Amino acid sequence: MTSIFTPTIQVRVTAVLQKLTGGQKTIEASGATVASLLEDVESRYPGFKAQLYSDDGKLHRFVNVYLNDEDIRYTGGVETAVKQGDVLDILPALAGGAC
Amino acid sequence: MSVNVYIPTPFRHLVGNRTSVKANGATVSAVLSDLDAQFPGFRAQVVDATGQRARHINIYVNQVEIENLQGEETELKSGDELAVIPALAGGASTALTPEMVERYSRHLIMPQVGSSGQRKIIESSVLIIGAGGLGSPVALYLALAGVGKIGIVDFDFVDRSNLQRQILHQTADIGKPKVISARETLQAHNPNINVVTHEAPITSDNAFEFISQYDMVVNGADNFATRYLVNDACYLLKKPLIDGSILMFDGQATTYLPGKGCYRCLYPAPPPPGMVPSCAEAGVLGAMCSTIGSIQATEVLKLILDIGEPLVNRLLLYDALSLEFRIVKVRRDPECPLCGDNPTIHELIDYEQFCGAPIPHAVTA
Repeated sequence: MTSIFTPTIQVRVTAVLQKLTGGQKTIEASGATVASLLEDVESRYPGFKAQLYSDDGKLHRFVNVYLNDEDIRYTGGVETAVKQGDVLDILPALAGGAC
Repeated sequence: MSVNVYIPTPFRHLVGNRTSVKANGATVSAVLSDLDAQFPGFRAQVVDATGQRARHINIYVNQVEIENLQGEETELKSGDELAVIPALAGGASTALTPEMVERYSRHLIMPQVGSSGQRKIIESSVLIIGAGGLGSPVALYLALAGVGKIGIVDFDFVDRSNLQRQILHQTADIGKPKVISARETLQAHNPNINVVTHEAPITSDNAFEFISQYDMVVNGADNFATRYLVNDACYLLKKPLIDGSILMFDGQATTYLPGKGCYRCLYPAPPPPGMVPSCAEAGVLGAMCSTIGSIQATEVLKLILDIGEPLVNRLLLYDALSLEFRIVKVRRDPECPLCGDNPTIHELIDYEQFCGAPIPHAVTA
């Protein structure tokens, strides 16, 4: 597959994950599925995937990934297909409140 | 010692349909005896079969509920104002005192609230988990709104590093139990309300006891173990839970109604300890607390008033740096071990073990 057919989409991360993306809130990534997008992010920001995936190769259960505001757990997980113009949000659980 | 006693509508037939009467006595108890002498049958309205004051009756001295003073032994001086206010019972409803009509006038003027809505607020009870960053603005706005009974759970003491964001506490409160500082602040803002302090960490042993005393719960906890505990207890007791969390420049808020999804549907498992930093480790912009806390307080009032669309099945995301609010969908997960189709959790579990981290019991940074 040539890059011309591979969608480029925006990936948004919360402040906690921005330490891994050079302080950027939004980064662009290419891929046909959520998994390939995350691989693309990893290739440029090594260590990114380790924050999202557990040792068994699945997404951490405290990290939610939303494609166009829909939780990918309900749309096919990391194999969910993406298209040009989609927006991916990566949201880890936050505990803070009283602290 | 002559005091003025405000008589709400349900009791006026006993006193010749007057709004207020004079009575004598050095204590609340003595005044109640005098009222019964003047108006036979009055005492029977405020005591139960055992002679104790009925639990649906609140008595206020100069707008402070006597449970926050010395009960019926509260001493009185000439000119004090007493009010004997029954809670909603058998269709009779709480009367608004003239002071309340003025205080809540900006609520009362709105048709969505009105006097019946304001009475619902006054008759409601809300438990707030944590008197910290989120609990502070939530408690303050609910107190100002007139929520009749506000419970606060916190075991911590006020620390100087709290003052950057925790608006219930001030410099002079450093070293005080947070629940005490919280109660003083709330009662200074609105003496009509009853503030109940639960000075303890919430645990599997006391969560049902605390939560069952309230209509709904607001979560402002600072750790995952407490978040799962409160979620499970609220679901099992069928209490609405208004959730919020903050870290650095990010905030999240959502409302869980029993049967419509829960915290476990959103985040099935907690992060391993150390994977997601705490506010103490990563920091938090103080002003963000009120953004999220105010949304939580708004959700509480909407549920009490039964107006609008609650933040149910929706997770509000706030990014302070880009100043963007977004909403993503939250679903009830049929596989959820708590609220799914085949639940495996039927009672509270060991949350410290579940999260691999203790519920903090000591003063934290």
